[in-house]
Amino acid sequence: MKAGAATAARTHMRTIRTPEGVSFSLPLAGPVSRCLAWLLDALCLVAFAKAVQVVVALTGLISQDLSRAITMLLYFLFYLGYTMALEWYWNGQTIGKRLFGLRVMDVRGLRLRPSQIVIRNLLRAVDSLPAFYLLGGVVCLVSRYAQRLGDLAANTIVVQSAKVAAPRIDAVLAENRYNSLRAHPHLAARLRQLVAPIEADTALQALIRRDNLDPAARVDLFAGMARHFKGKVAYPEEVLAGISDEQYVRNVVDLLFRR
Amino acid sequence: MIIDLQKFIAAEQPFWDELAQVMTRQEQDPYRRMSFDEIRRLHYLYQRASADLAKIDTYSAERTMHRYLESLVGRAYSFIYGAQQEPVRFAPWQWFWSTFPAAFRRRWRAFALSLAVMLAGGVFGGAAIIIDPEAKAVLMPFEHLQMDPAERVAKEESGANEKRLDDGKTTFSAFLMTHNTRVSILVLALGMTWGIGTVLLLFTNGVMLGAVVADYLRAGQSAFLAGWLLPHGAVEIPSILMAGQAGLLLAGALIGGGAAKPMGERLRAVVPDVVTLISGVALMLVWAGLVEAFFSQYHEPTIPYAAKIAFGCVELILLVLFLRYSGRREIGLAVGKHIFGRWRRRP
Repeated sequence: MKAGAATAARTHMRTIRTPEGVSFSLPLAGPVSRCLAWLLDALCLVAFAKAVQVVVALTGLISQDLSRAITMLLYFLFYLGYTMALEWYWNGQTIGKRLFGLRVMDVRGLRLRPSQIVIRNLLRAVDSLPAFYLLGGVVCLVSRYAQRLGDLAANTIVVQSAKVAAPRIDAVLAENRYNSLRAHPHLAARLRQLVAPIEADTALQALIRRDNLDPAARVDLFAGMARHFKGKVAYPEEVLAGISDEQYVRNVVDLLFRR
Repeated sequence: MIIDLQKFIAAEQPFWDELAQVMTRQEQDPYRRMSFDEIRRLHYLYQRASADLAKIDTYSAERTMHRYLESLVGRAYSFIYGAQQEPVRFAPWQWFWSTFPAAFRRRWRAFALSLAVMLAGGVFGGAAIIIDPEAKAVLMPFEHLQMDPAERVAKEESGANEKRLDDGKTTFSAFLMTHNTRVSILVLALGMTWGIGTVLLLFTNGVMLGAVVADYLRAGQSAFLAGWLLPHGAVEIPSILMAGQAGLLLAGALIGGGAAKPMGERLRAVVPDVVTLISGVALMLVWAGLVEAFFSQYHEPTIPYAAKIAFGCVELILLVLFLRYSGRREIGLAVGKHIFGRWRRRP
């Protein structure tokens, strides 16, 4: 098994090359989102401590000594075990990480092992020095894959794991029943040759999100795009007559993404 | 050249959906065992999605689909290449009697180093208190250690402290367990400072211990000292040393010392043993906390010193035997052979 490394410099992505020769990238979580997730988890710990105090106070009726001891032990166990248990059962997520769309992963993109989860959480003891995770935060800022000391020891990374939905481009392309640009196959071939993939994708994204734009902004955006594509290949005037800028961009996208 | 994206999606979407369903099912139940046919199908779906990702990489730059396929291939890759022959199930009995002592024995050099550092601290602390008794406040910053040893022994033997503890033994025990475990975790975690923090903590603990021992021996209170420290110290001090052992293991992996492997691989090799050691330490500290609160704080005439010392010695011997021999396969085989041989010889 071979897990290739990414670029030499510090990067916001962890790129992994699979033995099948395919690369995929994991977007790394920054210190700010990690800090917010940790604050939320800290709030959960405080809420738990309060709940324990209330429940265990009932045992105080039997013995104050026992009540204090149980509170102390339960809080300590929960403090240590909360992140470990959740990261194991929720595949690298705690409540805070889940709400902020973060996930702990093995640095090679493999499944987390229990020992990795334990060590990265135990090493919070050194990451939190001298106060408020200062050491861990600094190490996170300078390390190649935004890892704190616990992550370095455990060979883990924290990635953004927002759920990615399956692409739905039918809405854009299915509507385009007639495309006048197809009447000139040699110009269509030239357009496909001259348009860079990133330009094609930008036009497609603009069409997918058209309903989210203000009418005025939409008109401006598609006018600019139409001008850009018209500059690449000059279609005869009669082909473009009566077509709005947006429709022209739609036709170009249709030509590029459909044979 | 850009592919016909709509046709491509229409053809491949059912396979992607199937792969996503398999992954969701497996992620929800990591212990679920797949049949051979299911594994073959998963492998096929993974390879198909990988090929689709490669096509998209080459022919198109549609971002949403690229991200979707990357996420799908990433999830499947993690599952397929991170799979283990047996699912991870924790077996506490085997872990305690076999895994834990075996990890200790495998890494005994780090323990020896940890012990050497603490002994050096002990010698330093002992020498310091003998040379300069006025340094007591610095070497032993605890109120009950500041007074003259003979005076403290008299106070303890009067039973005043025992009465004070009567209402708070359980809390005291819980405090000791949690506090000592926190200290042990810190000793381990400071291994990530290339071991400097771990060595400093071990050394300072040694200094305090050495100073206390020298102070009480000098005052002729050796029986009280042994009766007070041995019952819980026989387990607590080795625990701290083992936490140091774990920290030094981390430090060793971090430094490398001319090893050809990269740092990540070195750490990957030691982390399972580090986790085993610190888990064992936590268990030992639970026992030490109970003993310290419920036994060590009682002195003569309540409990004779001889009984306390004997208890501590037995604990220490059992601990040494446990760490030295427990879980050793050859000993298990020898015992089995012995029993089996006797059974065979019966008429």
